[in-house]
Amino acid sequence: MAKTKFKIWRGDGKGGEFEEYSTETSGGMVVLDAVHQIQAESANDLACRWNCKAGKCGSCSAEVNGMPKLMCMTRLDELPLEEGVTIEPIKTFPIIKDLVTDISWNYRAKKKIKPFKPRQPDNEDGSWTFYQEDIDRVQEFRKCIECFLCQNVCHVLREHHLEEEFIGPSALVYTAALEMHPLDTEDRLEDLKKANGIGYCNITKCCTQVCPEHITITDNAIIPLKERVVDRYYDPVARIWSKLTKRS
Amino acid sequence: MEAHETFEHDVLIIGAGGAGLRAAIEASATGLKVGLVCKSMLGKAHTVMAEGGIAAALANVDERDNWKVHFSDTMRGGHYINNWRMAEIHAKEAPDRVRELEAWGAVFDRTKDGRILQRNFGGHKYPRLAHVGDRTGLEMIRTLQDHGIHQGIDVHMEVTVAHLLKDGDRISGALAYDRERGRFRVFHAKAVVLATGGIGRAFRITSNSWEYTGDGHALAYNAGADLVDMEFIQFHPTGMVWPPSVRGILVTEGVRGEGGILLNNKGERFLFDNIPDNYKAQTAADAEEGWRYVLGDKDAHRPPELLTRDHVARCIVEEIKEGRGSPHGGVFLDIAWIKEKLGNAEEHIKRKLPSMYHQFKQLAGLDITKEPMEVGPTTHYVMGGVLVEADTQMSTVPGLFACGECGAGINGANRLGGNSLSDLLVLGQRAGQYAARFAKDKGDTRVDMEEIDAAKREALAPFQRPVPDAGNAYRIQYELQDAMQDLVGIVRNGEEMEQALVKIGELKEKAEKVGAVGNREYNPGWHTVLDLQNLLMVSEAVARSALERKESRGAQFRVDYPEKSEEWGKYNVTVRRGPDGAMQIDRIPIPEMPAELQEIITEMG
Repeated sequence: MAKTKFKIWRGDGKGGEFEEYSTETSGGMVVLDAVHQIQAESANDLACRWNCKAGKCGSCSAEVNGMPKLMCMTRLDELPLEEGVTIEPIKTFPIIKDLVTDISWNYRAKKKIKPFKPRQPDNEDGSWTFYQEDIDRVQEFRKCIECFLCQNVCHVLREHHLEEEFIGPSALVYTAALEMHPLDTEDRLEDLKKANGIGYCNITKCCTQVCPEHITITDNAIIPLKERVVDRYYDPVARIWSKLTKRS
Repeated sequence: MEAHETFEHDVLIIGAGGAGLRAAIEASATGLKVGLVCKSMLGKAHTVMAEGGIAAALANVDERDNWKVHFSDTMRGGHYINNWRMAEIHAKEAPDRVRELEAWGAVFDRTKDGRILQRNFGGHKYPRLAHVGDRTGLEMIRTLQDHGIHQGIDVHMEVTVAHLLKDGDRISGALAYDRERGRFRVFHAKAVVLATGGIGRAFRITSNSWEYTGDGHALAYNAGADLVDMEFIQFHPTGMVWPPSVRGILVTEGVRGEGGILLNNKGERFLFDNIPDNYKAQTAADAEEGWRYVLGDKDAHRPPELLTRDHVARCIVEEIKEGRGSPHGGVFLDIAWIKEKLGNAEEHIKRKLPSMYHQFKQLAGLDITKEPMEVGPTTHYVMGGVLVEADTQMSTVPGLFACGECGAGINGANRLGGNSLSDLLVLGQRAGQYAARFAKDKGDTRVDMEEIDAAKREALAPFQRPVPDAGNAYRIQYELQDAMQDLVGIVRNGEEMEQALVKIGELKEKAEKVGAVGNREYNPGWHTVLDLQNLLMVSEAVARSALERKESRGAQFRVDYPEKSEEWGKYNVTVRRGPDGAMQIDRIPIPEMPAELQEIITEMG
């Protein structure tokens, strides 16, 4: 057992500063354990979100030594403890208090996406027949735990705050899951192009790098969606064809 | 008294895990105005952590399966003190509820012929659990959430209910506070559904999150409703044990479903020596037969690792006590061994158990495709909860419904893995349907301003008290967890439980004096003081019920009454708040099972 120093950002929407705490740490502890210990010992009202403590719920997103992380999956023995550990809220969203931010925009962005619309059931009992190879890609996207770390690092949101124009990587992953679902019949391409702003993504892949579920966000979700949009709206042959068929 | 914001709903659902979401979707479909209160953000409730799968007799993998086998397995697993009608409804309706999830966008793993794949699990005779790798709960809650947000339900995120309001005998709403500002909300409703989950935070070693403080149990109890079966706490046999900070985190039963074996430090599969009589005919004779079962050989019986959770947990405790445990006080769970049998074992394990692979790699620095895990029992689930009618899910208080983990009856003395996700759907749907019907039939209610003011004063009281020691509320919670773990845990005796009650009494007195520091905005210290009241109430209910049941059955094992008693098989134990405010324990007779259900049980052997 040794004491480790932590600098935790304390404050609210009006402002705040880092406060220093010191607590006993041992091998195997994760950052969230230290936050809980500090909360119980010396800062009862330190605000942080958490639920599962096993990387499954995506509640405890924060920036640990400047890196966007789930606190429950970040082991202290992976960090240089002698310099102390800095913990601050994710930067893209408005601060509520301490490590807690207002992530409600993400829920609104997701709600803008047209919901799942399946084809008629294949079988009499209301079920469908489809195969594992049809859904391998969709299941990758459905691993998303909505921790919003990808939204947090996306420069379109983090630096340019284009929340009205662009739904962000996690909502695009959700869109991709719907668009590539073998049963889905909805058309979301026009929304993707216009209201949901897929064009703003310039594939810097920051989102993919921070995903704790290792979803290949840019390559597997966003780029194929961009291609679908391009095929419909920018492919010259397709445009002429659609004009001709409309005329006839 | 300060003002509050009022919200008018026909049906108020408290809790937004699988059961609450399913109830909300159903109630909303009737055209009523529905409010859904989440203690956390939407989609983060405990359902998200469920791993192994949803039990439903779809018979996609083994055509011999049907609702009767599922019913019989559930009753056997619950040691026949389950509410048989609830077990019947559950077994009959689960397949439709699972197919409905698919219609709402869930993407289950597939069989070779393109149907929903099902896996083996403890206590289920045939492969029955529809699943998505080992993240079935995430798939389920996300499907319900994504469907639910388009149904016109008013969602109140990060809001905690402190008190249920009554209009005479009937429920009329709830007083709550929001986490962000600490301001009060009054929900005025015609019917209220509790779907608040369990009580795991009453124990030191648990797989449960901070939310699991028995809120629904305590709200119902304080509103005059009966609780039942509170002595039955499920200790899941396999939680992580090392390093210390991850102790209790769940290791899915799916590991054993995919062929994982339990070993002591001598390398023995100790469960082969511990097969209960009533499971002997269903259990493999040797390791070779067990592996054939895993591969899907229909003539083989299941390996003893897939016995029910109550039994496996107790056997593990016994191995550890006898000095045959692993270095950090558990036993070994080995899935890596299947490489002797399968060419692509490593890939297979990563595919079927991806989050287990990830969890051990990241948190314990261990590769489960190469080494055995160390595991031990962890507090996982409470079979007991609000006493409800099987068909409608209504409690003994008119207009108050309960479903999911905070309801009770279906599981009896022990729950089978996978039955919880199906129970959330089946009984959640029914709770929503009947709460909506009740709201329509019975009409409006009134809320009482005096009751509201009193509840507000109680919620704010911690700020009026001096704070002699900043760590107090948290420390009382730790003390309670130690007492429950050590004195009312997996192995119980009367004397220790009496000690636990004394301790709970002392802690109650301390808790009444505990203050909160800081202000009302997003203040976990204040919330802990309030949640502590609920934890103390449910802990007392568990200890008193366990003392009352003088036998060993299912999840309750008493060294002073080590045998199962025929007489006790005729009763459930209930808990009620007496007129003087003291806790009353009673027993209610279990109604006789109709002949056609009795026949099924006899037939299945």
